[in-house]
Amino acid sequence: MTRVLAYLRRPWSWYVLAPILLVGVGVIVPVIYLVLRAFEADANTLGDLVFRTRNLHLFVNTLLLAAGVLALGSAIAFPMAWLTTRTHTRFRRVFTLFGVLPLAIPGYIMAYVLLATTGSYGTLARLFGIEIPRIGGYAGAVLALTLATFPYLFLNLRTALLGLDPALEETARSLGSGTRRVLLRVIAPQLRPAFSAGALLVGLHVLGDFGVVSLMRFETFSYALYLQYAASYDRVYAACLALMLLALTGIALLLEARLLRGLLLHRTGSGPPRRIRRTSLGAWKGPAYLFLLGTATLSVGIPATTVAYWMFRTEPGSLADLAQALWASLSASAPAALLATALALPIAYLGVRSPSRPVRALERVAWFGYATPPLAFALALIFFSLRSIPWAYQTLGLLIVAYGLHFMAEAVGPIRSALYQAPPSMEEAARTLGRSPLRAFLEATFPLLRRGLLVGVAFVFLSAMKELPITFLLSPIGFQTLAVNVWGHTNEALFGAAAPYALTIMLISSLFVGLLLMQSGRPMRS
Amino acid sequence: MPRTYASAVAILLALCIGACGESEPQTVVIYSGRSESLAGPILERFQAQTGIAVEVRYGNTAQLAVALSEEGIQTEADLFWAQDAGALGAVQEEGLPATLPDSLLDRVPEYFRNGSGTWVATSGRARVLAYSPERTTAETRPASIFDLAQEPYAGRVGWAPANGSFQAHVTALRTIAGDEATQNWLRTMQENGTKNYSNNRTIVQAIADGEIDLGLPNHYYLYRFLSEDPDFPVEQQFFAAGDAGNLINVAGIAMLASSTRQTAALKLIDFLLSEEAQQYFVQETYEYAVIEGIESPAGLPVANQVVPDIDLDALSDLDGTLDMLREGGLL
Repeated sequence: MTRVLAYLRRPWSWYVLAPILLVGVGVIVPVIYLVLRAFEADANTLGDLVFRTRNLHLFVNTLLLAAGVLALGSAIAFPMAWLTTRTHTRFRRVFTLFGVLPLAIPGYIMAYVLLATTGSYGTLARLFGIEIPRIGGYAGAVLALTLATFPYLFLNLRTALLGLDPALEETARSLGSGTRRVLLRVIAPQLRPAFSAGALLVGLHVLGDFGVVSLMRFETFSYALYLQYAASYDRVYAACLALMLLALTGIALLLEARLLRGLLLHRTGSGPPRRIRRTSLGAWKGPAYLFLLGTATLSVGIPATTVAYWMFRTEPGSLADLAQALWASLSASAPAALLATALALPIAYLGVRSPSRPVRALERVAWFGYATPPLAFALALIFFSLRSIPWAYQTLGLLIVAYGLHFMAEAVGPIRSALYQAPPSMEEAARTLGRSPLRAFLEATFPLLRRGLLVGVAFVFLSAMKELPITFLLSPIGFQTLAVNVWGHTNEALFGAAAPYALTIMLISSLFVGLLLMQSGRPMRS
Repeated sequence: MPRTYASAVAILLALCIGACGESEPQTVVIYSGRSESLAGPILERFQAQTGIAVEVRYGNTAQLAVALSEEGIQTEADLFWAQDAGALGAVQEEGLPATLPDSLLDRVPEYFRNGSGTWVATSGRARVLAYSPERTTAETRPASIFDLAQEPYAGRVGWAPANGSFQAHVTALRTIAGDEATQNWLRTMQENGTKNYSNNRTIVQAIADGEIDLGLPNHYYLYRFLSEDPDFPVEQQFFAAGDAGNLINVAGIAMLASSTRQTAALKLIDFLLSEEAQQYFVQETYEYAVIEGIESPAGLPVANQVVPDIDLDALSDLDGTLDMLREGGLL
């Protein structure tokens, strides 16, 4: 603690202090709110609720689900990242885009689609006569959540793979190591920060998911938590459960920090990095294309066609409403993505470069905002903004800040991966040449972070486009995003009416992400 | 007495604003747990007819109820339009709604408003037995909701324990058959392999997909599916007349005591109880009307011919039901 204080007493510049303060407040406020609410609980009832055996059952279910999703997600993301960065596979850009697009599909829509595709009255059975049993339960939840979240792993890994210095691999090769050995002993260890950032996002996503698990009828911790709000309108016990969920997050964060301790991954040599050498696939070409196509079909193709099918079954809705919803979505999500990335940059920088461990711990804090269930997060912001800044309550500005704080952690990972690969020596050299710290950073390090920053922007944008509880409660009145429309219609089983909104989310997201990827695909300035 | 007082104040306010506030463009702010596809068109008609601008925050009923409790008197909302009585009860417990004038409350039968006059129903939704016509026959379908716990239905039934309508239904069962019988029923249903779904529409979808053969949803979801697909392979019926399995739940509206635009808010409630709006609910959203003299939706029997005699206020013991569901491991 004293070390933190000592460190904080250093003359900090506003551009470091301001984001840290904002993030600190934004993350601590919900936790304080939850603790306040939890203390209102009647001790006996609370005890019964917290220590009942059902919680253990939910806990085990949650862990099983997280493990399943991570395993299946890695099995998709690793080969996909490698194929799209290190091989001569054609249409790499297109496949990369398809590896990101599932993020544009709300998880519950993914679940609806899987449910609507399978079963005796599913689209597969009705259109093609292929009858497979209705998917659901653990398998259904793992599949839907994996398809919805594997891009977090994929993009993090891809960013890292693109930034690796090929010299290391070439050295290993020249010393007689085969492809597999290079992959396992040289490349894999260097992907650790990227993998752990992606895995953390996937894990936290699974911990907090409600839409998918409830539709797939698989009961997890967050499922129970939402039932508390939904069934009994009970803010108090829900707060207790949310705190238990945060405790779980805390453990995951500690584990991740251990995994990354003492990591040094940047180049130390001088001169520009060598170009990446791509591998030819040879006999593996066929299976590789099959794998890429199969994943794209499952994760994007089937959802998009199913939703389009819903749309053409019903009469078209109003185009003006659609345009209005699109504008609402964009006007909140785009600034939020920029804000979140701007906040994540100094946090990630401190996390990687700071000499003292307590300060590096600040970076961990950012993840709590992400792990706080969005509904609890929104309620906390209602609670505090009405007491402190009532004039900002339910304004677009506050909504953007709320999105930014909640989703910031998604941007931290890719930026952090890029920072691990950026050599500090250049920045140090710039400092010795008389540049101020900020200028040294902007001129020497910032250009190297471009890919990480762009991926961070993309992640937050895609998440904000789908967000619901925060939008419901904190948006300006009458503010109806695409996601709110999708939810409203599907909730009434009016899938046809929901379809145009869902398709617009996918379309706009793919355009946006496509643009970003084109940027990040350009060779890096060195 | 307090109600007459409140309505007197309301009328005075109405007169005053009617007399001196003509030039002000009026608005009313609603937190609506009813989605835009259901509520939007009728609110637009109100706006067109009265010139009162309606601003709506659409959201999930439960989440809006919790948010209103958090906002307290600082809320911008004048009205809270909820999908179920439970949410209205939760807001009432926080002391947020105003008492509505008798002139509005008297428009509906007692069944469709709460005892303290803080909210009034806007439409009714029936609990029904949905089934697959291919995998069940009229003879094999149960006459009573209690029969569903029997062996022939093992593993074939779906319900939604987390759903507000289902919970209200369990409360009704407790009122009609007693706590012990209800608890017994819940347990035997579980032992019989009854499947948990997250909501009504997934129950209906699961019947179509062959995952289950029978389910306990609200009545109107089937019509939504049928409107998109006339061949949708699910049908529904009531249990035998007077059985506890038949129940009418409500969507309802409350005015918040903190509202500064109560005249406009009351006008909107008044409109929702008008024949025009009630016809809209019957024809467009397939719900039951809450005022007398309007036919039932889509060929369903008249509610009071099948529904057991029960007071909606008796359904307020949600906590007892939730405890029971938690004890049974259903929540």
